[in-house]
Amino acid sequence: MIVLIIISTLPILLLYLGLYKAQNSLLPVTLIGLLVALGFAVAAYTKADIATPIYSGMMLFNNFSVVFSVVTIISTILIVLLSRGYFEKISSHVAEYYAIILFALAGIIIMVSFYNLVMLFIGIEIMSVSLYILAGIKKTDFASNEAALKYFLMGAFSTGFLLFGIALVYGSSGSFSLEAIRNWVISQPHHVDPMFYAGILLIIVGLCFKVGAAPFHFWTPDVYDGSPTLITAFMSTVAKTAAFAAFLRLFSECFQPVSDFWVPVLLVITIITLFIGNLTALYQQSFKRMLAFSSISHAGYLLFAIVALGASSANSVFVYATAYSIASIISFGGLILVSQQSGNDNFDSFNGLGKKNPFLALVITVAMLSLAGIPLTAGFIGKFFMFSGALLQFHLVMVILAVVNAIISIFYYFRVIIAMYFRDTERDELVVPVYYKLVLGLGAIATILIGVDPGLITNLI
Amino acid sequence: MTVSLLIFLPVIAAVLVLFFKNSSAKHAALFFSLAELVLAGVFLSKFIPNATTQFMIVAPWIPKFGIYFSAGIDGISMIMVLLSTLLVPLIILTTYRHQYKNANAFYALILFMQAGMLVVFTALDGFLFYVGWEAALIPIYFICSLWGGQNRIKVTIKFFLYTFSGSLIMLVAIIYLYLQSPERTYDLAHFYNLHLTISQQCWVFWAFFLAFAIKMPLFPFHTWQPDTYTEAPSAGTMMLSGIMLKMGVYGVIRWLIPLVPQAYDRNQLWSVAMILSITGIIYASIIAFKQKDGKRLVAYSSIAHVGLIAAGIFAWSYFGLQGAMIQMLSHGINVVGMFFIWEIISSRLNTRQISELGGIAKVAPKFAIAFLIITLGTVALPLTNGFIGEFLLLAGIFSINLWMAVFAGLTMIFGAVYMLRMYKSVMQGETNALTAVFADISGSEKLVLGIICALIILIGIYPQPILHISDAAVKQLVEQTTMKFNEAKP
Repeated sequence: MIVLIIISTLPILLLYLGLYKAQNSLLPVTLIGLLVALGFAVAAYTKADIATPIYSGMMLFNNFSVVFSVVTIISTILIVLLSRGYFEKISSHVAEYYAIILFALAGIIIMVSFYNLVMLFIGIEIMSVSLYILAGIKKTDFASNEAALKYFLMGAFSTGFLLFGIALVYGSSGSFSLEAIRNWVISQPHHVDPMFYAGILLIIVGLCFKVGAAPFHFWTPDVYDGSPTLITAFMSTVAKTAAFAAFLRLFSECFQPVSDFWVPVLLVITIITLFIGNLTALYQQSFKRMLAFSSISHAGYLLFAIVALGASSANSVFVYATAYSIASIISFGGLILVSQQSGNDNFDSFNGLGKKNPFLALVITVAMLSLAGIPLTAGFIGKFFMFSGALLQFHLVMVILAVVNAIISIFYYFRVIIAMYFRDTERDELVVPVYYKLVLGLGAIATILIGVDPGLITNLI
Repeated sequence: MTVSLLIFLPVIAAVLVLFFKNSSAKHAALFFSLAELVLAGVFLSKFIPNATTQFMIVAPWIPKFGIYFSAGIDGISMIMVLLSTLLVPLIILTTYRHQYKNANAFYALILFMQAGMLVVFTALDGFLFYVGWEAALIPIYFICSLWGGQNRIKVTIKFFLYTFSGSLIMLVAIIYLYLQSPERTYDLAHFYNLHLTISQQCWVFWAFFLAFAIKMPLFPFHTWQPDTYTEAPSAGTMMLSGIMLKMGVYGVIRWLIPLVPQAYDRNQLWSVAMILSITGIIYASIIAFKQKDGKRLVAYSSIAHVGLIAAGIFAWSYFGLQGAMIQMLSHGINVVGMFFIWEIISSRLNTRQISELGGIAKVAPKFAIAFLIITLGTVALPLTNGFIGEFLLLAGIFSINLWMAVFAGLTMIFGAVYMLRMYKSVMQGETNALTAVFADISGSEKLVLGIICALIILIGIYPQPILHISDAAVKQLVEQTTMKFNEAKP
C-alpha cells in the first residue's frame, strides 16, 4: 500500500513547500509524487490477481484496486497539468489547493481498495470533505460559496444515510468486514434480516448521492456550475470514478446473493437518472451546466454495470469510467480556455472556434463524439460493454431506454460541434498554452486509440 | 493478399491527404482513389466467381468478447467493392472544377468514408459491421454540414439522428445475437446457424430492418433524404445516393433475411416489407412529378428506384437478387451522373428550377447527349444499364405476387414520365436569356460524363460479366435461406 502512503504524505510536503514560499516547485513536486505513486500502483499489478487483504483485513489492493487507482491517478495528473497558472489567479495560497486535491485522492485510493465498511466510510469522508473545501476556493465568488455550502449540507446529510445503512448492516450481520458480511448473507439463504435490507437501501441512497444519480442528484448542477471549472473536472471524473468503484466493490462482494431485492430499486434509479440527465441537458444554454447534466446521465449508464452485476461488471465500469474521464477532462480543459476569452460558459462562446483554433476544436469534437458514444472512440466501447452486460442479464427494455437516451444526447453534444464549425462569428485566436496542448492532445489520442483497439485496456481485470 | 489491404489503403490515404495543401489535395485524393480502384481490379482478376468467400482476413480484435477483425469478399461483396471503388474516383473528378475551402479535410473525409463503406461491404463479424456502418456516417455528416447549403445545420442533424437511431437499435440486436450464440462470437456464419424462436426472430428482424430502411431509405423512413440530398454539397449527395444507401440494401441481403429465415417466411414479414417498398415507389414517383427543383426531383426518383431494388430483394428469389446486384451498380452510376448533370447546371446558371431552364441542347450539344444517355439509363430503356436490373427485379417480384409486380412495374412508366419531362423542359424548346450563354462541357466534366455514358451503354449491352460475378454467391445464399424457410420450428 505504498501508493496510499505516498499520496498521503505528498500533500504534507506540499504544505511545507507552500510555507517556505517555494511556489514554483509545487507543480513539479506534485507531478513527480503522483508519477512515483503511479509507478508503484502499476508494480502492484499481478497477472494472477492473488492479492490478499492487508492491514488486518481492512483493505484489499488487488487488480481491481490497481486499475482504478491508475485511472484516478492519471486523471489527477492531467487535471494538475491543466492547473498551471489556474490557482494563482484565484488566491495566493496555492499550496493548499494542490494539497487538498491530493488529500481527496488519498481518500479515493482508500475507496477503491477498501475491504471493510469502516474504510469505505473513511475514504468517502476524506474525499468529500476535501471536495467541500475545493468547491469553495473562490472565496469572493458568490456561486462558488453557494456550491460549497450546498455540497456540504447535502453531502453531510447523505453521509448520514450511508452511515446509518452501514450501522444496520453491521447490526444484522455482526461485522464490518466485506468477507464476513458475504459469508453471513450466504449462510442464511431464506430469510435475511429485514434490518439488513433496510441497511442496503440506506447505503444505496448514500452512494447514489455520491455518484450523482437521480433522484439524489439535485446538488450536482449547482455545485458543478458554481465550482471553479478545474475542480468541477476533478469532481466529475476522478471522484465519480472512485465512487462507482466503491459502489461496485461493495455490491459485488457483499450484496450479490440478495440481488433480487435491490436490483429493481437500482433499475428504477438508473432509468430516472438517464432521462433526467439527458432531458435537462437538452435545455441548457451553458456548456458547463450541460456537462453537469450529462455527467448525471453518464452516472446512469455506469449504474448499468451494477444493475447487471456479473463477471464483467468491473471491466465495464473501468472502461466506461476511463473513456468518460478522458473525454470530460478534454471538455473542461477546452471550456477553461474558451471561457477565459469570452467570460462566460455558454455554447455561443464556442462559435467559430473551428476556424480560429482548429486543434482545440478537433480535440473537443473527439471528446464530444466519445461522450455521445460514436464508434471508433473510447466512449462507444464503454457503452458497448454496458449494453452487452445489461443484455446478458435480460434487461432488454432498459437497454432500449438507454438507446433512446443515447439518441437524445446527440442533440446537446452535437450542439457544441455545430457551434464550433458551422456558426461563424468574429473572434480572436485563442492562445493555447503548451500544457493544454499536451493534455488535450494526449487525451484525444488516447480516446481514439482505445476506440480502435479496446484490447489495450479491456483485459486488465 | 487479403481484403484488409483494400480497407486500410483509403484510411492511410485519408491521413496522408490531410498533409497536402488545399490546392493539391484533390490531385492526391484522385491518385489514391485510383490506386484503390486498381487494387480492386487486381482483386477482381484474382477472384474466382464461385460461392466461396475469398481474400479472408481473421485477426483477433477483442478476442475476450469474441470480436474478430474478420472480413472477406464473395460474389455479392465483390459487386459492392467494385461499386464503391469505381464511384469514388469519379466523384472526386466531379469536384475538380470546384475549389472547396479546407479541401484537404474534404477529400480526407471522402476517403475515410470509403474505408467505412468497404468495411460494411466486406465485414463478416457483427461488431466490425457496426463499426464500419458508423465510420461511414460520421464523415458524411461533416461533409454535408461543413460544405453544404443554407439549411445544412438543421437538415444534417436530422439526417444524423435518423440514421444513428436506426443503427443503435441494430447494435442492440447484434449484441443480442451474440448473447444467443453458444460460442459467444460475433461471427456471421455462427449467426446464420442460431436457433432462435419465431418471436425472437421477429424482433431481431425489426431491429435490423429499421436501420436498413432508414439508410436506403424506404417509405416511411425517407423524410431525411430529400432535404439532405438537396442541402449536401454535390459530392456528398453522390456519395450518399451512389454508394451509401447501398449499405442498407446490402445489409438486407447479408444481415437481415438470412438471419431470420423462418420468421421472415412464416410470419409474412416479407409482405410487410414489400408493401412498404412498393408504396415508396409509387409515393416517391408521384412526388417527383411535382418537383420544381431538379436536384430534389432526382432525390425522389432515387427513393423510387431504391424501393424497387428493395422490393426485389424482399421477394427473395434468385432473379430478384441478381437484379438487385446489377441494379445497385447501375443505379450508383446513373445517380452520380444525374447529380453531376444538375451540379453542372446549377454551378453555371445558379438555379435548379426546372421552369427557368430550357433549350440548353441547342447551345451545348455534348452536354445534351450525355444528359440524354443518363436519362435513358435512369428510365431503364433496353440496351442501357438500368434495363437488365429492373427486368430481373420485376421478374423476382412477379414470382411472388402478380399484383405487387404490377404496382412495382409502374415505376418504369412513372420514371419515364418525370425523367423525360424533366429532360424536355431543361434541354429542349427555345433558349431563354439565362440558358443562351450555357457553355458546353469540357475537361474533367467531359471525362466524367464520358466514362459514365460508356458504362451505361456497355453494361446495358453486355451485362453478363457482372451478373457472372455474383451468380454463384446469390444462388447459394438464396438456396440456403429458402431451405430454412421450411425447416421445422426450432
